[in-house]
Amino acid sequence: MRLAALLPAAAFAPHLPASPAASAITHSGQKTPAANAARAYRFVFSDWLSPLAWSAFAAVTLLWPNQSAGFTDWAYTKELGEGALVLAAIWAVLAFLAGFFVVAERQSSQTGKLTPGARVLAAFSRAAPWITAIAVLLALWEILTAKTGILSPPFFAPPSSLIEVYLEEYVRLLDCSVNTLALLGKGVLWGGVVGFLLGVGIGWSRRIGYWAHPVLRLIGPLPPTALLPLTFFIFPSSHSASVFLIALATAFPVAILTWSGVAGVHKHYYDVARTLGASEWFLIRRVAIPAALPQVFVGLFMGFGASFVVIVVAEMLGVKSGLGWYLTWSQGYAAYPNMYAALILMSLLFSGLISLLFFARDRLLVWQKGTVKW
Amino acid sequence: MVNPTESPALNIPPEEINAAPPEFHARPYWASAIHVQHVSHAFPTPEGTPLPVLEDVCLDIRPGEFVALLGPSGCGKSTLLRLIAGLEPPLSGTIIQDDAPIVRPDPSRIVVFQDPTLFPWRTVRDNVALGLEAQGVLKKESARVDEALLKVGLENFAKAWPHQLSGGMAQRAALARALVNNPKLLILDEPLGKLDSLTRIEMQSELLSLWRKNGFSVLLVTHDVEEALMLAERIVIFSPRPARILSEISVDLSYPRHRDDTVLTALRHEILSRLGLGKNW
Repeated sequence: MRLAALLPAAAFAPHLPASPAASAITHSGQKTPAANAARAYRFVFSDWLSPLAWSAFAAVTLLWPNQSAGFTDWAYTKELGEGALVLAAIWAVLAFLAGFFVVAERQSSQTGKLTPGARVLAAFSRAAPWITAIAVLLALWEILTAKTGILSPPFFAPPSSLIEVYLEEYVRLLDCSVNTLALLGKGVLWGGVVGFLLGVGIGWSRRIGYWAHPVLRLIGPLPPTALLPLTFFIFPSSHSASVFLIALATAFPVAILTWSGVAGVHKHYYDVARTLGASEWFLIRRVAIPAALPQVFVGLFMGFGASFVVIVVAEMLGVKSGLGWYLTWSQGYAAYPNMYAALILMSLLFSGLISLLFFARDRLLVWQKGTVKW
Repeated sequence: MVNPTESPALNIPPEEINAAPPEFHARPYWASAIHVQHVSHAFPTPEGTPLPVLEDVCLDIRPGEFVALLGPSGCGKSTLLRLIAGLEPPLSGTIIQDDAPIVRPDPSRIVVFQDPTLFPWRTVRDNVALGLEAQGVLKKESARVDEALLKVGLENFAKAWPHQLSGGMAQRAALARALVNNPKLLILDEPLGKLDSLTRIEMQSELLSLWRKNGFSVLLVTHDVEEALMLAERIVIFSPRPARILSEISVDLSYPRHRDDTVLTALRHEILSRLGLGKNW
């Protein structure tokens, strides 16, 4: 029985005598999911396309000589090609293992849950088409810039030049990222808290609504960037002015949506809570706010977007550090590769923040799963 | 357990308590008596002339009594319940619970609405715990939550989210949320109105046994004649809006009652004709 289980794996991969499947059987002595997996190998074309694409990208980079661009050759071309080769090898290993394990393990486990290793492989399978697409895009980029010069310097630069920027400028880029995040964090925190409290206040109390609503109506639609010149001379520093503007940009959508969330809570919820002995404070904390929370998150998503706009503009115009500042600074030196590098970093950073917000929402609004289609 | 000296309902003479149906060894003294005295109510309308919904309603509920309010839908029965719950003050007249007028909601009078109105962001257990939490006694009394879940048979669904429950289970959770407060008066606003007919029959007998085990007073609004006959000791019939009390009918039948009981059939005919539907029988 053991031997029979071993055979197909050995037949398929005779050059791998100590494959994980085989060792799982010999060590444990009984059929593990891995043992079942050894019986079936599934060839997934899209999995295998990714190492191929990366190998092709590596070949283009290493074998096709760079177009002369009027100065010494682009640096890090060789390193880029070698890096692509290493990645291609990693994808090949993952594709090979994924063909063995993922399907079999899904079949053998009753709960449908995968072991951590199989989960990595399943994630690879899901991402494989994108991994392939990225290699194709990088190859196109490399061909259009370094290899043929169709997109020529100084405005365009090959991917290898980004490696150069990241390796030589990482201290400054790191510093700029930290400053941007700190500024953004302060502004969004203030704006989120004030906007939330304001929204709850307007939604709950008629008197607060009477005073706050017209102000919100007038100031809210004003683009915060329009206030930039004003705030830069009112506030003691461009830093505090930017914090204020980012807070303003975040607060408006958060306040409006929190308000609409609180105002939209069905009257029956309050009736039920009141007959159960709830105080006014309990109604706000335990009924109004949880009921409004889905809306609050919509407001936060919008506020995040607005705050990204404001911080970049503020850094371009007044604040003397941060990624926005780095963009204009590198443009001033016609250092376009640096600009691309900063743009990519910025996009990763901001999308990371949005992902964090998604994560927080999924945690807090877990009760919505099954009632709403996300 | 029942000690007359602790009873808040001192205005009930002992002979009335002794006259209770035989299956009660004693009427629970702690249950609430409600006196609705000449209550009228109206709603404001955009045109300015208020829309009258209740007209000079007088109604007494004795401690531990099960009273059903029956009337055409939209007549104003539910408004009366809201007034008794203390969610709104009446325009005129007074409502007295035991010895004190009702001015605000209180956990001694719990309402169960037609919709279960469970809070979707709380698990079933946290929904049931809501009253104790609001009164600030949850930490000390959390055992009562499990007790209430057990009473309605939802002990295995404590961690479920409301949207995972069926209609009947959700209404049971709403009942547990009411029972956990040990109410003196349970106010039921067509609680079974939206359930399918089989679940409804099942829930009617559960409601009955909960009442008989716990002994609180019950005020049930329904437009289902059979439901009123199966459950209530006394049925109060309302006119169309503005609601006035047309008549009262005592159902002197022991529990459990049977749907095909000849007395019930006669009473049903009687009630329908008082509601002006005698010809439809």
